[in-house]
Amino acid sequence: MTVTYLFAAVFLSMMVYICYYSSTHEQELINNSYNGRQQVLTAKNIRGTIYAGGGEILAQTITDEEGKEVRSYPYGSLFSHAVGYATHGRAGIEALGNYYLIHSNAPLSEKVADDMAGSKYPGDDVHTTLDVSLQEVADQALGVYRGAVIVSEPSSGKILAMVSKPGYDPNQIEEIWDSLVEDKESGILLNRTTQGLYPPGSTFKIVTALEYIRENPDTYQNYGFQCNGSFSDGADRINCYHGQSHGSVNFSRSFAKSCNASFANIGVKLDKGKFQDTLDDLLFNQELPLELNYNKSRIEVQEDSPNSDMMQIAIGQGTTGMTPVHLNMITNAIANNGVLMKPYVIDYVENSTGTVVKQFSPSTAKRLISAGEADALKELMRGVVEEGTASRLKGLSYTAAGKTGSAEYNTVKGDSHAWFTGFAPADNPKISVTIIIEGAGSGGDFAVPIAKRIFDAYFQE
Amino acid sequence: MELYITEISKYVIALLMALYAYESFAVFRFQDEERRSGIYTRQNLLMLVVHFSCFMAICFETGDITYLFFYIFQQIVLFATVILFHMIYPRANRLAVNNMCMLLGIGFVILTRLSYEKAVKQFVIAVCSIVLTMIIPFFIRKLKFLKKLTWVYALAGIAALAVVLLLGAYTNGSKISYSVGGVTFQPSEFVKIIFVFFVASALHESASFFEVFTTAVVAGIHVVILVISKDLGSALIFFVVYVLMVFVATRNPLYLLAGTAGGSAAAVIAYQAFSHVQVRVQAWRDPWSEIDSAGYQITQSLFAIGSGGWFGMGLFQGTPNSIPFVEADFIFSAIAEELGIIFAMCVILVSLSSFIMFMDISMKLKDNFYRLIAFGLGVTYIFQVFLTIGGGSKFIPLTGVTLPLVSYGGSSVLTTLIMFAIIEGLCMVKGDEEKEEKYAARKRRKIKNSRTENRDEKEEE
Repeated sequence: MTVTYLFAAVFLSMMVYICYYSSTHEQELINNSYNGRQQVLTAKNIRGTIYAGGGEILAQTITDEEGKEVRSYPYGSLFSHAVGYATHGRAGIEALGNYYLIHSNAPLSEKVADDMAGSKYPGDDVHTTLDVSLQEVADQALGVYRGAVIVSEPSSGKILAMVSKPGYDPNQIEEIWDSLVEDKESGILLNRTTQGLYPPGSTFKIVTALEYIRENPDTYQNYGFQCNGSFSDGADRINCYHGQSHGSVNFSRSFAKSCNASFANIGVKLDKGKFQDTLDDLLFNQELPLELNYNKSRIEVQEDSPNSDMMQIAIGQGTTGMTPVHLNMITNAIANNGVLMKPYVIDYVENSTGTVVKQFSPSTAKRLISAGEADALKELMRGVVEEGTASRLKGLSYTAAGKTGSAEYNTVKGDSHAWFTGFAPADNPKISVTIIIEGAGSGGDFAVPIAKRIFDAYFQE
Repeated sequence: MELYITEISKYVIALLMALYAYESFAVFRFQDEERRSGIYTRQNLLMLVVHFSCFMAICFETGDITYLFFYIFQQIVLFATVILFHMIYPRANRLAVNNMCMLLGIGFVILTRLSYEKAVKQFVIAVCSIVLTMIIPFFIRKLKFLKKLTWVYALAGIAALAVVLLLGAYTNGSKISYSVGGVTFQPSEFVKIIFVFFVASALHESASFFEVFTTAVVAGIHVVILVISKDLGSALIFFVVYVLMVFVATRNPLYLLAGTAGGSAAAVIAYQAFSHVQVRVQAWRDPWSEIDSAGYQITQSLFAIGSGGWFGMGLFQGTPNSIPFVEADFIFSAIAEELGIIFAMCVILVSLSSFIMFMDISMKLKDNFYRLIAFGLGVTYIFQVFLTIGGGSKFIPLTGVTLPLVSYGGSSVLTTLIMFAIIEGLCMVKGDEEKEEKYAARKRRKIKNSRTENRDEKEEE
């Protein structure tokens, strides 16, 4: 009797396991390139259409008279990295939504009609959260520069725009593929928003400031520092941007003016163990709650990190590498009272007759910081706009908040990436942007104007 | 039009199979066969409809009418088996016969879909085997000397395994088969039965430490030969069957504990000593990193299980042939892909129901020898089901054994049919025992009555 129960229990758990596994891993299994069933589905169904949030077609399959299928991208290179391509291993939404695009949930009657006509079944359509006008503004604002812009909704995690330059025309992916792969230097195929690892520069002062607030919750307002353009510890020296001297600064002014000397001074004072915990909270060196291909941000803070390293880390220089999407996620958490919503780009999936097959809803990824900390950081980021480096956003119909950065990537002076990350309106954030322009100069001069154009476009509507 | 039929048939097949699985457990609500007969008749009807719908789907999908003739032959044979068994052995257990025919039928369906040629071969072997096994219950009941052949079983088993080890041919890295006159045998399949007979006859009179020790030596020789032949699945089955039989014969949980400890130690040693064991375990833990090589089979199997969904892709709609050895070791994955997870779960449930019936018969047997045989064969059967389904779904490491009655393989089918026939024989032995008992009880009552009568007479005097 014992043995009977034993086997019954083992079999029951095996059955539960199989049901659970097959229902939760279906997509992952179908999308595996070793799974031949993809070809079966592609032979049976016409790849579905990808739509923007306003119903604009971003990608569709057109069958010509000879029955040859061509994937067409009406916006050309505008959505190159966001939408991606459907061949050569796939990228972007073409990869993310592949499972839906190659399946057909068309009603049986339509399938029967297709069978009669000898045509393939229509695949399901993917509707995205992308906003064509914001994408266009971001693309134009970035101009000929290399870089990345990501625009999202802090309260939901919806990604509204995702531009990475240089781009390519996915309509010509077959012809240009070989040259794109060979071109190692410009990294055209790299989606810089999610995969580009950059030194965060002064935007990292958000993290340093958070850590200082955590360690001195009651006294950080009393912080003071006399800036004469640099901070030295032994032989190591940190200069303010262009050697500018900020005079006597308190905590919020150090942040608003992005005073390197003051933050290097904070950096050497931080408790490295606690700093590591904060970095963990903020998803550094960790997997992100993101379904697009991305790189993990990396930072090295050890118990025995010397002061020279801590000074660099505190101002976002040194070996730290961060992706724009990660910085955008931290920004969103600050805007959303400390809670990070899981970023998503596929809104819902419809079958060929417009019946919703699958609806994606906003979901909480994780609380990164407390509501109080979010408020404090929001206040600091307001200061950057009101009296600091992002003053170009001051006095507008909306109130913006953010942080600039000028990340030096070269020992030669002046070679810096321009960063801005921020949100608006400050008291009830509707939209956030994170921008990086490679090698442009200071964040305040180059990245902030792009943010302004995006905010303007958004709030005009 | 075909589409309506194939689509609807998917749901019909799953539903009917679920009903059958339900009935196969509903049987246990009643204790006597008389009251179960309504259930058995319903099962027979469901078997007919499931089998019929599957072949209808096959015919419509392929447009090939030859399948219809093949189906008619199968249906005749399966029904003849059900009816003949009942006519020849009215007191045999009908659940076991029904389940046996249901599983054979499912095997024919999925094999027809995978390879028509193999399905026909399997069908011919099954027909011969059924005819052959028809007489087995009669002999089990009549031949009383079967209890006394302890060492004959031991020698026969070891000799058969040794011959394969010395003279056998390698198939896929394991030495498991042996050819005589063009017919390939897999002796380890048959030895499973002989082994159960050996352990039962050695332990049925007394299960003291001495008997347990000597049988352990013989069992060890079996297992070692199989491990050297690289037939890990069979080795594991022999081991588990032995340990559990000893436990039941002695009712001493210490043996179970010792067996588990010894088995774990042996597993660790085997893992250290044999590279093919390491490969299997590695492929189980992370098949994805070796998707080209060691993990290929298991990942292809997972693709199949994951792609069917609850109701399956439909017969001839998936690509189960992408799994190497699908018709033998991975038949369950093919069933899950094309007939759906619900259907596959029902196959597990039907197997489990057969096992529970075996255990039920075993417990009701008075004679220790027969009791042990029913138990041993039941465990042999269900553990093999566990190994093949668990292995194919990555629940446990892959061992490469067949799904009894469903998988392709002549030796496997014949062996399993013999096992079922032996159980039917034991079921009749049980009937004889019950009859004897009733007779004895009546006799006792009679003697008692006559005694009291005598006493009364005396008193009258």
